[in-house]
Amino acid sequence: MSISLIKNKKSDYPGYRVPSGCAVFGVLNESGSCFDGRTIIDGIEMMHDRSNGLGGGFAAYGIYPQYKNDWAFHILYDDSDARNRMEDILKKSFAVLYFEELPTKRSPAIENPPMIFRYFLKLKDIYSLYERNVPVDNFSEDDFIVDFVLKMNARVSGAYIISSGKNMGIFKGVGFPEDIGHYFRLDEYKGYLWTSHGRFPTNSVGWWGGAHPFGLLNFSIVHNGEISSYGRNQRYVASLGYECSLSTDTEVITYLFDLLARKKNMDIELLNMILAAPLWERIEEMPEDDRELASTLRIMYGGALINGPFSIIAGHNDFMYALNDRIKLRPMVAARKNDYLYVSSEESAIIKVCPQPDIVWRPQGGIPVIGRVKKKD
Amino acid sequence: MPLKLNQSEFVVERDLNKCISCEVCVRQCSNDAHEYDADDKTVLSEASKCVGCHRCESLCPTEAITIRKKAAEFKDNSNWQQAHIKNIYKQAETGGVLLTGMGSDKPHTVYWDHILFNAAQVTNPSIDPLREPMEIKTFIGAKPEKLEIEKNDSGFKLKSKLGPHLELSTPILFSAMSYGSISLNACKSLASAAYSFGTFYNTGEGGMHKDLQHFAKNTIVQVASGRFGVNRQYLRSAAAVEIKIGQGAKPGIGGHLPGEKVTADISSTRMIPEGSDAISPAPHHDIYSIEDLAQLIYAIKEATDYLKPVGVKVSAVHNIAPIASGIVRAGADFVAIDGFRGGTGAAPQAIRDNVGIPIELALAAVDTRLREEGIRHKAAIIIAGSIRSSSDIIKAIALGADAVYIGTAALIALGCHLCQKCYTGKCNWGIATQDPYLTKRLNPSIGTKRLSGLLRAWSHEIKEMLGGAGINAIESLRGNREHLRGINLSEIELSILGIKHAGQAW
Amino acid sequence: MKKIFIDEQYCIGCRLCEIYCQVKHSKSKKILKAFREDQPGTLARVLVEEIGSNSFAIQCRHCEDAPCTGACISGAMAKNENTGVVICDEEKCVGCWSCIMVCPYGVIKRDIKSKKVASKCDLCFDEEEPVCVKNCPNEALKIKEI
Repeated sequence: MSISLIKNKKSDYPGYRVPSGCAVFGVLNESGSCFDGRTIIDGIEMMHDRSNGLGGGFAAYGIYPQYKNDWAFHILYDDSDARNRMEDILKKSFAVLYFEELPTKRSPAIENPPMIFRYFLKLKDIYSLYERNVPVDNFSEDDFIVDFVLKMNARVSGAYIISSGKNMGIFKGVGFPEDIGHYFRLDEYKGYLWTSHGRFPTNSVGWWGGAHPFGLLNFSIVHNGEISSYGRNQRYVASLGYECSLSTDTEVITYLFDLLARKKNMDIELLNMILAAPLWERIEEMPEDDRELASTLRIMYGGALINGPFSIIAGHNDFMYALNDRIKLRPMVAARKNDYLYVSSEESAIIKVCPQPDIVWRPQGGIPVIGRVKKKD
Repeated sequence: MPLKLNQSEFVVERDLNKCISCEVCVRQCSNDAHEYDADDKTVLSEASKCVGCHRCESLCPTEAITIRKKAAEFKDNSNWQQAHIKNIYKQAETGGVLLTGMGSDKPHTVYWDHILFNAAQVTNPSIDPLREPMEIKTFIGAKPEKLEIEKNDSGFKLKSKLGPHLELSTPILFSAMSYGSISLNACKSLASAAYSFGTFYNTGEGGMHKDLQHFAKNTIVQVASGRFGVNRQYLRSAAAVEIKIGQGAKPGIGGHLPGEKVTADISSTRMIPEGSDAISPAPHHDIYSIEDLAQLIYAIKEATDYLKPVGVKVSAVHNIAPIASGIVRAGADFVAIDGFRGGTGAAPQAIRDNVGIPIELALAAVDTRLREEGIRHKAAIIIAGSIRSSSDIIKAIALGADAVYIGTAALIALGCHLCQKCYTGKCNWGIATQDPYLTKRLNPSIGTKRLSGLLRAWSHEIKEMLGGAGINAIESLRGNREHLRGINLSEIELSILGIKHAGQAW
Repeated sequence: MKKIFIDEQYCIGCRLCEIYCQVKHSKSKKILKAFREDQPGTLARVLVEEIGSNSFAIQCRHCEDAPCTGACISGAMAKNENTGVVICDEEKCVGCWSCIMVCPYGVIKRDIKSKKVASKCDLCFDEEEPVCVKNCPNEALKIKEI
């Protein structure tokens, strides 16, 4: 399905939500050593049966060291017209340092791929760019990028920005994840953090932009489950300026991460207290300071509580963050081996790429697995 | 007067095979509809006096009495309905405004009945509340823009405080009903049920009776246009303060408690002379605009050291969304919106049945408006105006309410049969009366049990429905309109409610 | 022993206690028969006293040192040592009404419709709960162990 078709469809009020079941897998080297994409492809391929061929994708961090301080955009296009439209707009705000079509390997498993380009960009002077009348002090470059990406994705027909961070990229499309990985020749990239997703949508709108991971700035989210709090979360982020244009769980979860971790500058160690807030009965047992903090966070951010089954892996330049819903309704296994941290829907994926981990555990519902990048290459 | 244009509304049927002439009905009827004839040793009934409260029927030990509606006695006429004709007869005779009690009984659309709730299947598991935690704890108050959290060696510490909040064990509160409009025993029942269940009742404009002061922690006190019973101690002893601007049953109309109801006890509670009429003006005469409201809100916050949530109650009128927005911006910690089916002890019938809008539409419009303006977190929304069941509550929360007020439902739990004669002061159920012969019919210990029973039952049903939808915390339902679908609604109704029609998927 | 307590604040003067007491002590124990066919009718052993809006239902207090037992000339009125309940054995009662004259509460009645006996509350000894307590719609009567 073309990007324009998808965009036109969602203009019917209210947007149709696209839930899906899935497989997730993430690997981080905490010392920042880079490894190629074969590991992640091999792992996610083990969980082939958790996908149905309607979507697969990867997020890779550390892959563009030569442009590590510049914005790296991956953009899907229906056709050259769409590309021209988008590039005209891009050039108004950015200096384009380099761009090219993403290298791919044609394969019978991949049907009708769109054009996919990557751009390395430098933002022009933010003061002159920002048109709205807001105090510039309160407005960062990050805010501009978020605003830009959300607007372009909602408005420019036939074009869709799937990746908008620095020194990272998202590769995704319609197909089984391993086929998508080979199509994008991920074995030729080296990164220190990889996440991946195999999709089993129950409401199948098979289009490339709708595959996961979903990214915004440096955040990328892969998610398995169908959250029952979607309507609440969507209205919550909407009131804070995030328009959910795809109506997927992953999209709204990404906005929640951006809102809390970036805009509210909240330490990621606190995120689970909001996204999978502890039960009141558990909060009541806490020591006084913790109790006050936990209950205040819960009261304050009730709209960001994600309810229903989920297992999420959030990728970021500085960390990998995995979280289960608070009563663990979806599977998640974690393992460590030396500097490597693995998180997966199923243990099989981990064992495939790391046959003898030092430790394997099943994280409790609501308790995050956090791996931080200590130093980067 | 031999000419009687208005016929009785009810038929009192007495099965003489069953009547044992025990006179229970005679003693229970405050309207003197039943009379014992000592000569014949039989009980006779005068249907024209019957108001249809069913008290006699409920207490008759042999089920000899049946109260029925009297069939239409006028020629059928779709335009000139019975009610119109009867009202004209009444008004021609008395020359007065028609009074009535309770919420409107007119057949306007009840949107709750056109909304269906969701459940989880396959792609998402439902949750069994008997085996898994199911959280319906609710908080009422403003949320700050941001929190200051400090990271130290031992972990995190909260540096800023949340503003004042009410904590409710269930998203249900008892609506404002004043001592005066209802009996002290009814107030005691509400207060003690709120206390034992972990929620709140509301004094209305009746002041706080000395016997109810130990329930102060579960009391929302009202400041209304008559300012009855208001002083510093009243404000400071309560859990929260509510400024009453309007009431759903009578938007734009004040209140009037006739002098004969202002007994010694009521006079001391309301702080007005015994036997004087207690008149609440239509507007607050110190609030002629929104900035005046802000002044009163902050005057109350000053008087209570910013320790209590201060809310504003308004009736749902056409412009409710901008009005609510103004109230939130004026500093209210919660907005209570009372829909046009909301109850009253006395209101002009013309106003009750024709002024205001349904609460469902008002709620949807207000929640959407506050979100659009990015100020939804600044105040909680409590809605009122005919919440009839736990499913109404589930739908209200999914539309965006934080909690609901129940008034009529609470009175029904206490025995009210909705005869709509509250304004006569002759309530046979001991609720809307100050007559000592009648008020003692409501034993507060029974009333407390029945109200707690209702709260328990509804809370349980809310948990069942939440679990069915795969949600285990009520905050995840709040404003979650994806879980609602309309049925038999037009495009514009669906769009105001912000919901899809049944049959439309996510 | 168990005693009936009266909460006069909540007595609504409906007299259902009297009605159910009559039924309980009737031959048929059925309300319609008790009031229609069981002739002669039975007396209620509980009495609702009423002035204005105040009312309460009173029945035999089963006094600790019950004067009626001392006044009884036939030995019909006796206090059960174990239960503490004062009962009039209607087989023995000769209808002299001495008990009525000494009762400080006025809760013994002359049953002249049937045999001439003294009629008084027996605490519904064969019921789980006295019927006046059970049928009070407003819980103005309560039975409590003392």
